[in-house]
Amino acid sequence: MSSPLLEVSELTLQVAARTLVRELNFGLHEGELWCLLGPNGAGKTTLLHTLVGLREAQGGSVHLAGKELNAWPAAEAARRRGFLPQTFHDAFSTSVLECVMLGRHPHLSRWRWEGEGDREIALRALEVVDLAGFAQRDVLTLSGGERQRVALAALFAQDALLLLLDEPVSHLDLHHQVLVLEHLRRLAHERGRGVLFTVHDLNLAARFASHALLLTPQGSVRKGPVAEVMVEEDLSGAFGHRVARIEAAGRTLFVPE
Amino acid sequence: MRRALFVWIALTAAALAAFSFALATGSSSLASWELLDALISPDNSTAGDIVTRLRLPRALAAFATGGLLALAGALMQVLLRNPLADPYVLGLSGGASVGALGVMLFGLGSGAVWINLGAGAGALTAIALVLGLARRDFFRQQMFGGLDASPRLLLIGVILAAGWGAIITLMLTIASEAKLRGMLFWLMGDLNGAESWVPAMLMLAAALAVVYPMARDLNVLLRGEALAHALGVRVAPLRLRVYLVAAAATALAVTTAGPVGFVGLVVPHALRLMLGNDQRMLLPAAALAGGTLLLLADTAARSVLAPQQLPVGVITAIIGVPSFMFLLTRKPRRA
Repeated sequence: MSSPLLEVSELTLQVAARTLVRELNFGLHEGELWCLLGPNGAGKTTLLHTLVGLREAQGGSVHLAGKELNAWPAAEAARRRGFLPQTFHDAFSTSVLECVMLGRHPHLSRWRWEGEGDREIALRALEVVDLAGFAQRDVLTLSGGERQRVALAALFAQDALLLLLDEPVSHLDLHHQVLVLEHLRRLAHERGRGVLFTVHDLNLAARFASHALLLTPQGSVRKGPVAEVMVEEDLSGAFGHRVARIEAAGRTLFVPE
Repeated sequence: MRRALFVWIALTAAALAAFSFALATGSSSLASWELLDALISPDNSTAGDIVTRLRLPRALAAFATGGLLALAGALMQVLLRNPLADPYVLGLSGGASVGALGVMLFGLGSGAVWINLGAGAGALTAIALVLGLARRDFFRQQMFGGLDASPRLLLIGVILAAGWGAIITLMLTIASEAKLRGMLFWLMGDLNGAESWVPAMLMLAAALAVVYPMARDLNVLLRGEALAHALGVRVAPLRLRVYLVAAAATALAVTTAGPVGFVGLVVPHALRLMLGNDQRMLLPAAALAGGTLLLLADTAARSVLAPQQLPVGVITAIIGVPSFMFLLTRKPRRA
């Protein structure tokens, strides 16, 4: 097997005196769709930020496409991994198309302006998130869910090999939640991208992800194929709340007691 | 790209028109042929003297100062991700004012040169203070997860500005009647006697040359620091460079003309409202439009109540406040 898109070895994360993640090892390969599960404050966002290079780990290493994360020049790293943060800033009015075209930033040399090709990529990304026809709208006039879809479109326009997403569907209605996750699955299965996303809806996680990481408040991490990680006992322990697993209508459903 | 070129050409034409208006306006009005003649073949005629020795240096100083202020304002608004930011928001004009007023108050040296030196020293002190207090945001390579530097930087600036303001008030309180008028004039911003346009013009060219290549990075930074990092922007060095350029531009503008208000806030904002928010187009446009606005304001300042000269800061405020209100309250550009 080729070297994984993302390889994490012996990763330890601490905030103040608390250990969020202890000696975590896992590899994310092309075509895999990982969900990152865990209760509030377990360190999902902290882990994602470490994998993006926004903060330093207290131990261990992160490799992106076979090379130490920090050894990549910034723009080259940006062509290989994209990140969807939980929050965005829209202090100034900007058109939706301009926002999405920012995703092309790492592909353009310093003096190049976005060309017709970049424009087409951006418009196609808007179609994917069901915002065709919104290109000239001002982002400040959009709803929260629409803004999240603009941000997702920018990420898709970036066209990275590895996509790291922090709560990509938190503000979306159920139709668009399914739409976005279906697209992520398509990217993984048909185009060999790797995806890691945090999500609180266990049913969406079980339905779309191929693998799962489950963070517990104690700092241990369960990892592996979804069917092995998302079991009643471990989920209940991690979330501190009983979760029942039900098979119905050909799907696996998780119901909090 | 084509749109940006069009905007720049239109603004350059406006700047040239403002220059010819400024050179022709004054106590002895000149016909256009006299003006051209004086500029093309400077001789010792009275007309030539007035244009090349008096009006042209002052016009160039006004243009350069306005350009510097508008550019610095545009940069500060991006750096702090705040539409209300202006070149003075991080306490720079306060430091410069304390320096200049200190020279006037304690009679250290005499003449404009010493006041300018005092303003420059004060501005540098203010810059050093901000760099020292916000060193985490400027020099650290990696960010704390999710922590956003802009609000903290803004708070540091606001507190410093308040401190400088207190010192300025103290100086004005203990100043003698004779000195008070000059000090107040300086605080309003005044181009009277500003002949040294060369440093400001060089600074304007240098500042544009440094920030223009980073303009697309700034577009990305406006969407947030985590996203900018993920898109390949090295955030801390970018922030440091933007701050240093904006601070140096402001320092030179304040040293040339005192803390002229409104240009640095209103011009970048008005351009954003009218033309959109692409920094690649906006930064050169702000320099051109800011220069043109201050040049026109200064021409009005020295001619409206002639021979009485008004502080140019009064004019920029009188023009700036209503036009800005109009832009803010009209219907949004894209509904």
